[in-house]
Amino acid sequence: MGSAVALEEVEVDYRGRGRALGPVSLDIEDGEIVALVGPSGCGKSTALRLLAGLEPATRGQVRRAPGRGETSVVFQAPTLAPWMSAAANVALPLELSGAPKAEARARALEALERVGLAGAGDSRPAQLSGGMAMRASLARALVTRPRLLMLDEPFAALDEITRRTLADDVLALWSQTRPAIVFVTHNVEEAAYMAGRIVVLTRGPGRIAGEVRVEAPLPRPAGFRTWPVFTEAAEAVSALLARGAEAAP
Amino acid sequence: MNRLADALAPLGLMLLLLAAWELACRLTGVPAYFLPPPSRVAAAAVSGLPVLVPAAWNTLSVALVALALAAGGAIALAVLVGLSPLLERAVRPLASALQVTPVVAVAPLILIWAGIDHPERAVIALAVLVAFFPIFSGAVTGLRSADPDLERLFDLYGAGRLQRVMRLRLPAAVPFLMEGLKVGAGLAIIGAVVAEFAAGSGGVRGLAWQILDAGNKLQTDRMIAALVVLAVMGVAVHAGLERLERAGLRWWRGR
Repeated sequence: MGSAVALEEVEVDYRGRGRALGPVSLDIEDGEIVALVGPSGCGKSTALRLLAGLEPATRGQVRRAPGRGETSVVFQAPTLAPWMSAAANVALPLELSGAPKAEARARALEALERVGLAGAGDSRPAQLSGGMAMRASLARALVTRPRLLMLDEPFAALDEITRRTLADDVLALWSQTRPAIVFVTHNVEEAAYMAGRIVVLTRGPGRIAGEVRVEAPLPRPAGFRTWPVFTEAAEAVSALLARGAEAAP
Repeated sequence: MNRLADALAPLGLMLLLLAAWELACRLTGVPAYFLPPPSRVAAAAVSGLPVLVPAAWNTLSVALVALALAAGGAIALAVLVGLSPLLERAVRPLASALQVTPVVAVAPLILIWAGIDHPERAVIALAVLVAFFPIFSGAVTGLRSADPDLERLFDLYGAGRLQRVMRLRLPAAVPFLMEGLKVGAGLAIIGAVVAEFAAGSGGVRGLAWQILDAGNKLQTDRMIAALVVLAVMGVAVHAGLERLERAGLRWWRGR
C-alpha cells in the first residue's frame, strides 16, 4: 500500500489572520480511514482542503498521489445545486470530466441506489430530508470511484440516529471500493467509531497533539460502541484533546 | 370574509375618490378643459379606445423589444465581467455613470443619432438604456452568488471556465436575473414613455404621444384617459411578471 496523500512540515497563513495551521506532518495511506479531531478553529477544515488540493500550503510540501477526478469531498452541508434533480447532481462530476450524458446518468442512479436512495433520482434537493440530501451528497462523492474521499464534518447537522446509521453506511460503502478516507469531526465517539486512526489537533493554529489507533475490524461489528477498545480509544482522544487545549499557542 | 374585505378595500377607496372628484367638479363648476369630471374621462376613454389600445400596444411593444435587447446585452456583459475581475473594474464606473444620467438628458443626442426619419429607433435605444442597469447589476451579483463549496467542487473536478459559467454560475444566478428582469421591465416602460415625450413628434404614436397631442389641444379628458390606460398597463405588466417570477422561482427551487 502506498501513500495516498502526505503533508510534510506544512504551514498555512491567512492574510490578516496569521497562522491557521501547522507545522503539521501527516501521511495518509491508501485505503486507510483517518479522523481529524480538534477544537473549533484549529484548522481542521484547512487541513482537509490542503489534502484535497483545493488550497496551497504557505510553507512545506503536500504530496498527492490521486490524479484529476480521483479526489472527492463531502462538505458540511449537502451542497447540492437546487436547480438540478438528485440524479443530475450526482452525475455532475462525471459530466464535468467528459462522460456521455446517458452513461453519467446511469452511473448516478446506481450510486444513488448504493447509498439507499433508489427511486429518488428525479427529486429535487428541496424535496429531500436532511439525511437524504447528505446521502445524495455522498453518492456524488462516490460516483467517480475516488481514491481519496474527504468528509468535512458531514453529519454535524443531522440528528443522532441519522448520523449513526450514516456512519455504518459510510463504512459499508468504504469496504466496497476501499478509498482512503479523511474525515473531520469534533465528535470524539464518531471519530473512534469510524476511523482506524485518529489524529488529534491542538487549539489553533493546529498542530498534531497525538494519534490514537483503533485496533478493531472495519466496518464495525454490531455493538462495537460497548467494546473496551472503543471506549478506551474515545478516552485517549478526549485526553489528547484536553492536553491540546491547554498547550499555549 | 376578511379576504373579501381585503379585495374590496382598494376598490372602495377608488370609488370614494372618484365620487368626491365628480361631486367637486359639479359643485364648483370648474371648466372641463381644466379639470374634467371622471364621467367625461370615462366617456373619452370609451370613445378613444380604438386609438388608445393600438397606442398602448405601441408603447408596450417598444418596451418589450427594449427589455429583450437590454437583457441580452446585460447578461452577456455580466458573464464577460464575471470571467475577468480587471474587466469588471473597468466597466463598473462607466455602468454607474450611465445609470445616474437621466434619460431625458441623453434623449436629444440619441434622437439626433437615430436620425429624423427613425425616432422609433431612438425610443427603443433610450428604453434599453434605462432597463440595462438593473439587469446587469442583478446578473453580476447573481453570477457571484453560487455556493462557494459548489465552486470548490468544480475546482476539484477540473471544470473549465465555460463549464463553470454554464453549469454553475448562470443557473445559480437565475433568481437574481428574474428580479432584474422584473425591475428592468417596469423601467423599460417608463423609459419608452419618457423617450416618446422627448421625441415629441408624431413619428412614434405611443401613449405618450396621445397625452402630448391631447394636451396641445387642451383635451384634458383625453389626457387623463391615456394616463389611466398607461397606469393599467403598468399594473398589468407588473402583476404578470410577479406571477412569472414566483412560478420561475418555484421551478428553480424545486418546490
